[in-house]
Amino acid sequence: MATITRDEIYDKVRTVLVDALGVDEDEVKPDAVLVDDLGAESIDFLDISFRLEKAFGIKIGKGEMWPEGLANDPNFAQNGRVTPAGLAELKKRMPHSNFSEFEMDPQVAKMTKLFTVDAVVGFIEGKLNTAN
Amino acid sequence: MRWIWIDKFTEFTSKTSATAIKNVSLAEEHLHDLYPAFPVVPHSLIVEGMAQTAGILVGEARQFAEKVILAKVGRATFHRLVRPGDTISFSATIEQMSEQGASTRGTVKIGEDMVAEIDLMFSHIDQNLAGLEFPEHNFVFTEQFTELLKTYRLEARIGV
Repeated sequence: MATITRDEIYDKVRTVLVDALGVDEDEVKPDAVLVDDLGAESIDFLDISFRLEKAFGIKIGKGEMWPEGLANDPNFAQNGRVTPAGLAELKKRMPHSNFSEFEMDPQVAKMTKLFTVDAVVGFIEGKLNTAN
Repeated sequence: MRWIWIDKFTEFTSKTSATAIKNVSLAEEHLHDLYPAFPVVPHSLIVEGMAQTAGILVGEARQFAEKVILAKVGRATFHRLVRPGDTISFSATIEQMSEQGASTRGTVKIGEDMVAEIDLMFSHIDQNLAGLEFPEHNFVFTEQFTELLKTYRLEARIGV
Protein backbone atom coordinates (compact mmCIF):
# COMPACT_ATOMS: atom_id res chain seq x y z
CA MET A 1 0.00 0.00 0.00
CA ALA A 2 1.31 3.49 -0.87
CA THR A 3 2.36 5.45 2.18
CA ILE A 4 0.65 8.70 3.04
CA THR A 5 2.53 11.58 4.63
CA ARG A 6 1.47 13.30 7.86
CA ASP A 7 0.74 16.47 5.83
CA GLU A 8 -1.57 14.52 3.53
CA ILE A 9 -3.32 13.04 6.56
CA TYR A 10 -3.67 16.52 8.02
CA ASP A 11 -5.26 17.84 4.80
CA LYS A 12 -7.83 15.03 4.79
CA VAL A 13 -8.56 15.45 8.50
CA ARG A 14 -9.09 19.17 7.95
CA THR A 15 -11.61 18.47 5.17
CA VAL A 16 -13.43 16.01 7.45
CA LEU A 17 -13.63 18.56 10.26
CA VAL A 18 -14.76 21.36 7.95
CA ASP A 19 -17.56 19.15 6.60
CA ALA A 20 -18.60 17.69 9.96
CA LEU A 21 -18.44 20.85 12.04
CA GLY A 22 -19.18 23.57 9.48
CA VAL A 23 -16.03 25.50 10.40
CA ASP A 24 -13.69 27.40 8.10
CA GLU A 25 -10.49 25.75 6.90
CA ASP A 26 -8.29 28.30 8.66
CA GLU A 27 -9.90 27.50 12.02
CA VAL A 28 -8.61 23.93 11.82
CA LYS A 29 -5.15 24.41 13.29
CA PRO A 30 -3.08 21.58 14.79
CA ASP A 31 -3.60 22.78 18.36
CA ALA A 32 -7.33 23.57 17.93
CA VAL A 33 -9.46 21.76 20.52
CA LEU A 34 -12.42 20.07 18.87
CA VAL A 35 -14.94 21.05 21.55
CA ASP A 36 -13.65 24.43 22.74
CA ASP A 37 -12.33 25.87 19.47
CA LEU A 38 -14.32 24.10 16.77
CA GLY A 39 -17.65 23.76 18.61
CA ALA A 40 -17.92 19.96 18.43
CA GLU A 41 -20.77 18.38 20.40
CA SER A 42 -21.10 14.77 21.49
CA ILE A 43 -22.83 13.51 18.30
CA ASP A 44 -20.16 15.21 16.19
CA PHE A 45 -17.61 12.70 17.46
CA LEU A 46 -19.58 9.87 15.85
CA ASP A 47 -19.98 11.94 12.68
CA ILE A 48 -16.22 12.61 12.60
CA SER A 49 -15.46 8.90 13.14
CA PHE A 50 -17.75 7.92 10.25
CA ARG A 51 -16.19 10.51 7.95
CA LEU A 52 -12.63 9.48 8.92
CA GLU A 53 -13.48 5.83 8.22
CA LYS A 54 -14.65 6.81 4.76
CA ALA A 55 -11.81 9.22 4.01
CA PHE A 56 -9.05 6.78 5.02
CA GLY A 57 -10.73 3.41 4.33
CA ILE A 58 -10.35 2.30 7.94
CA LYS A 59 -12.60 0.96 10.70
CA ILE A 60 -12.66 2.80 14.02
CA GLY A 61 -14.02 0.77 16.93
CA LYS A 62 -16.23 2.13 19.70
CA GLY A 63 -14.09 4.02 22.22
CA GLU A 64 -10.96 3.58 20.11
CA MET A 65 -10.41 7.22 19.24
CA TRP A 66 -12.42 8.84 22.05
CA PRO A 67 -12.13 6.89 25.34
CA GLU A 68 -15.54 6.14 26.80
CA GLY A 69 -16.81 5.38 30.27
CA LEU A 70 -13.63 6.50 31.99
CA ALA A 71 -15.25 9.44 33.77
CA ASN A 72 -17.88 7.13 35.30
CA ASP A 73 -15.35 4.62 36.66
CA PRO A 74 -14.44 5.42 40.32
CA ASN A 75 -10.98 3.91 39.77
CA PHE A 76 -10.28 6.50 37.12
CA ALA A 77 -12.21 9.56 38.29
CA GLN A 78 -13.24 10.78 41.73
CA ASN A 79 -14.82 14.06 42.84
CA GLY A 80 -14.59 15.50 39.38
CA ARG A 81 -10.89 14.77 39.03
CA VAL A 82 -9.02 12.12 37.07
CA THR A 83 -7.07 9.84 39.44
CA PRO A 84 -3.41 8.89 38.80
CA ALA A 85 -4.67 5.51 37.56
CA GLY A 86 -7.12 7.35 35.29
CA LEU A 87 -4.34 9.53 33.96
CA ALA A 88 -2.20 6.49 33.18
CA GLU A 89 -5.18 4.87 31.44
CA LEU A 90 -5.87 8.00 29.42
CA LYS A 91 -2.26 8.19 28.29
CA LYS A 92 -2.41 4.56 27.25
CA ARG A 93 -5.62 5.05 25.29
CA MET A 94 -4.69 8.43 23.82
CA PRO A 95 -0.98 8.20 23.01
CA HIS A 96 -1.30 11.00 20.45
CA SER A 97 -2.59 13.65 22.87
CA ASN A 98 -0.47 16.19 24.66
CA PHE A 99 -0.96 15.79 28.42
CA SER A 100 1.50 18.43 29.67
CA GLU A 101 -1.15 21.02 30.56
CA PHE A 102 -3.90 18.57 31.53
CA GLU A 103 -1.88 16.66 34.10
CA MET A 104 -1.23 19.85 36.06
CA ASP A 105 -4.96 20.13 36.77
CA PRO A 106 -6.65 16.87 35.70
CA GLN A 107 -10.29 17.87 36.01
CA VAL A 108 -12.78 15.56 34.31
CA ALA A 109 -14.40 18.64 32.78
CA LYS A 110 -11.11 19.47 31.06
CA MET A 111 -10.67 16.07 29.43
CA THR A 112 -12.14 17.40 26.20
CA LYS A 113 -9.04 19.60 25.84
CA LEU A 114 -7.09 16.45 24.96
CA PHE A 115 -9.09 16.10 21.74
CA THR A 116 -7.10 18.35 19.42
CA VAL A 117 -6.74 18.30 15.65
CA ASP A 118 -3.15 17.12 16.08
CA ALA A 119 -4.34 14.20 18.25
CA VAL A 120 -6.75 13.13 15.51
CA VAL A 121 -3.99 13.31 12.90
CA GLY A 122 -1.70 11.27 15.18
CA PHE A 123 -4.42 8.69 15.75
CA ILE A 124 -4.96 8.25 12.01
CA GLU A 125 -1.24 8.09 11.35
CA GLY A 126 -0.86 5.36 13.98
CA LYS A 127 -3.84 3.48 12.63
CA LEU A 128 -2.52 3.56 9.05
CA ASN A 129 0.96 2.52 10.15
CA THR A 130 -0.50 -0.47 12.00
CA ALA A 131 -2.47 -1.42 8.89
CA ASN A 132 0.69 -1.30 6.78
CA MET B 1 -53.04 14.59 16.39
CA ARG B 2 -50.54 11.86 15.58
CA TRP B 3 -46.96 12.99 15.08
CA ILE B 4 -46.42 11.08 11.89
CA TRP B 5 -45.32 12.69 8.65
CA ILE B 6 -45.27 9.78 6.23
CA ASP B 7 -48.31 7.86 4.98
CA LYS B 8 -46.84 4.60 3.72
CA PHE B 9 -43.68 2.86 2.61
CA THR B 10 -43.37 2.07 -1.09
CA GLU B 11 -39.97 0.37 -0.85
CA PHE B 12 -38.01 -1.09 2.04
CA THR B 13 -34.76 -3.01 1.82
CA SER B 14 -33.54 -3.92 5.27
CA LYS B 15 -30.24 -2.31 6.35
CA THR B 16 -30.02 -0.52 2.98
CA SER B 17 -32.76 1.82 1.77
CA ALA B 18 -36.37 2.87 2.12
CA THR B 19 -38.85 5.09 0.34
CA ALA B 20 -42.01 6.48 1.88
CA ILE B 21 -44.65 8.81 0.53
CA LYS B 22 -46.87 11.46 2.01
CA ASN B 23 -49.92 13.00 0.39
CA VAL B 24 -50.30 16.65 1.32
CA SER B 25 -53.85 17.80 2.03
CA LEU B 26 -55.16 21.34 2.21
CA ALA B 27 -56.97 20.22 5.37
CA GLU B 28 -53.70 20.04 7.31
CA GLU B 29 -53.59 22.95 9.76
CA HIS B 30 -49.84 23.54 9.69
CA LEU B 31 -49.89 24.40 5.97
CA HIS B 32 -51.63 27.65 6.77
CA ASP B 33 -49.29 28.90 9.47
CA LEU B 34 -46.27 30.05 7.46
CA TYR B 35 -47.67 32.51 4.88
CA PRO B 36 -51.23 33.91 4.87
CA ALA B 37 -53.24 32.68 1.85
CA PHE B 38 -50.25 30.68 0.50
CA PRO B 39 -50.28 27.22 2.04
CA VAL B 40 -46.95 25.36 1.99
CA VAL B 41 -45.39 22.49 3.94
CA PRO B 42 -42.78 23.96 6.34
CA HIS B 43 -39.25 22.77 5.61
CA SER B 44 -38.89 21.58 9.20
CA LEU B 45 -41.69 19.06 8.65
CA ILE B 46 -40.05 17.84 5.45
CA VAL B 47 -36.93 17.17 7.54
CA GLU B 48 -39.16 15.36 10.06
CA GLY B 49 -40.66 13.20 7.28
CA MET B 50 -37.15 12.23 6.20
CA ALA B 51 -36.17 11.59 9.83
CA GLN B 52 -39.13 9.22 10.21
CA THR B 53 -38.36 7.39 6.94
CA ALA B 54 -34.65 7.06 7.67
CA GLY B 55 -35.18 6.51 11.40
CA ILE B 56 -37.43 3.50 10.84
CA LEU B 57 -34.87 2.15 8.34
CA VAL B 58 -32.11 2.51 10.95
CA GLY B 59 -34.27 1.07 13.74
CA GLU B 60 -35.35 -1.94 11.69
CA ALA B 61 -31.71 -2.76 10.91
CA ARG B 62 -31.39 -3.83 14.57
CA GLN B 63 -34.92 -5.16 14.94
CA PHE B 64 -35.97 -2.02 16.86
CA ALA B 65 -33.76 -3.04 19.79
CA GLU B 66 -32.10 0.40 19.87
CA LYS B 67 -33.65 3.72 20.79
CA VAL B 68 -32.86 5.66 17.63
CA ILE B 69 -32.84 9.43 18.01
CA LEU B 70 -32.28 12.04 15.32
CA ALA B 71 -29.05 13.61 16.52
CA LYS B 72 -27.82 15.81 13.70
CA VAL B 73 -28.97 17.31 10.43
CA GLY B 74 -25.75 17.23 8.44
CA ARG B 75 -27.26 18.84 5.38
CA ALA B 76 -30.70 20.06 4.35
CA THR B 77 -30.79 21.78 0.98
CA PHE B 78 -34.18 22.77 -0.41
CA HIS B 79 -34.94 23.34 -4.09
CA ARG B 80 -38.68 23.99 -4.23
CA LEU B 81 -41.81 24.37 -2.14
CA VAL B 82 -44.29 21.63 -1.36
CA ARG B 83 -47.96 22.55 -1.68
CA PRO B 84 -51.39 20.99 -1.11
CA GLY B 85 -52.13 18.20 -3.57
CA ASP B 86 -48.48 17.18 -3.86
CA THR B 87 -47.29 13.65 -3.12
CA ILE B 88 -43.92 13.80 -1.41
CA SER B 89 -41.53 10.90 -1.84
CA PHE B 90 -38.84 10.46 0.83
CA SER B 91 -35.94 8.17 -0.16
CA ALA B 92 -33.26 7.30 2.40
CA THR B 93 -30.17 5.11 2.27
CA ILE B 94 -27.97 4.05 5.14
CA GLU B 95 -24.50 5.34 4.50
CA GLN B 96 -22.70 4.09 7.61
CA MET B 97 -23.83 2.23 10.67
CA SER B 98 -22.13 1.20 13.89
CA GLU B 99 -23.01 0.11 17.40
CA GLN B 100 -23.40 3.79 18.32
CA GLY B 101 -25.54 5.09 15.48
CA ALA B 102 -25.93 5.62 11.76
CA SER B 103 -25.65 8.22 9.04
CA THR B 104 -28.15 8.39 6.20
CA ARG B 105 -28.44 10.21 2.88
CA GLY B 106 -31.78 11.22 1.55
CA THR B 107 -33.62 12.84 -1.30
CA VAL B 108 -37.13 14.28 -1.27
CA LYS B 109 -38.99 14.43 -4.57
CA ILE B 110 -42.35 15.26 -6.08
CA GLY B 111 -42.50 13.12 -9.21
CA GLU B 112 -39.10 13.69 -10.79
CA ASP B 113 -38.69 17.15 -9.23
CA MET B 114 -36.06 17.38 -6.51
CA VAL B 115 -37.50 19.04 -3.42
CA ALA B 116 -34.63 18.57 -0.99
CA GLU B 117 -31.45 16.68 -0.15
CA ILE B 118 -31.26 15.77 3.51
CA ASP B 119 -28.41 13.94 5.27
CA LEU B 120 -29.00 12.88 8.86
CA MET B 121 -27.24 11.27 11.78
CA PHE B 122 -28.97 9.02 14.27
CA SER B 123 -27.76 8.04 17.70
CA HIS B 124 -28.44 4.77 19.50
CA ILE B 125 -28.85 6.61 22.77
CA ASP B 126 -28.33 3.67 25.12
CA GLN B 127 -24.88 3.20 23.55
CA ASN B 128 -23.81 6.81 23.61
CA LEU B 129 -24.95 8.69 26.66
CA ALA B 130 -22.91 6.91 29.31
CA GLY B 131 -24.13 7.55 32.83
CA LEU B 132 -27.66 8.46 31.75
CA GLU B 133 -30.48 5.99 32.14
CA PHE B 134 -33.47 5.78 29.85
CA PRO B 135 -36.73 3.86 30.23
CA GLU B 136 -36.31 0.19 29.35
CA HIS B 137 -39.17 0.14 26.82
CA ASN B 138 -38.47 1.56 23.38
CA PHE B 139 -40.31 4.88 23.56
CA VAL B 140 -39.06 5.86 20.09
CA PHE B 141 -40.64 3.12 18.00
CA THR B 142 -44.22 3.27 19.15
CA GLU B 143 -46.92 1.26 17.47
CA GLN B 144 -47.78 4.06 15.03
CA PHE B 145 -44.32 3.71 13.45
CA THR B 146 -43.93 -0.04 13.51
CA GLU B 147 -47.47 -0.48 12.09
CA LEU B 148 -46.42 1.48 8.98
CA LEU B 149 -43.75 -1.07 8.21
CA LYS B 150 -46.00 -4.02 9.02
CA THR B 151 -48.65 -2.67 6.63
CA TYR B 152 -46.09 -2.27 3.85
CA ARG B 153 -44.80 -5.80 4.33
CA LEU B 154 -48.30 -7.23 4.50
CA GLU B 155 -49.29 -5.42 1.30
CA ALA B 156 -46.09 -6.53 -0.42
CA ARG B 157 -46.82 -10.14 0.56
CA ILE B 158 -50.34 -10.08 -0.82
CA GLY B 159 -49.25 -8.15 -3.91
CA VAL B 160 -51.23 -4.95 -3.41
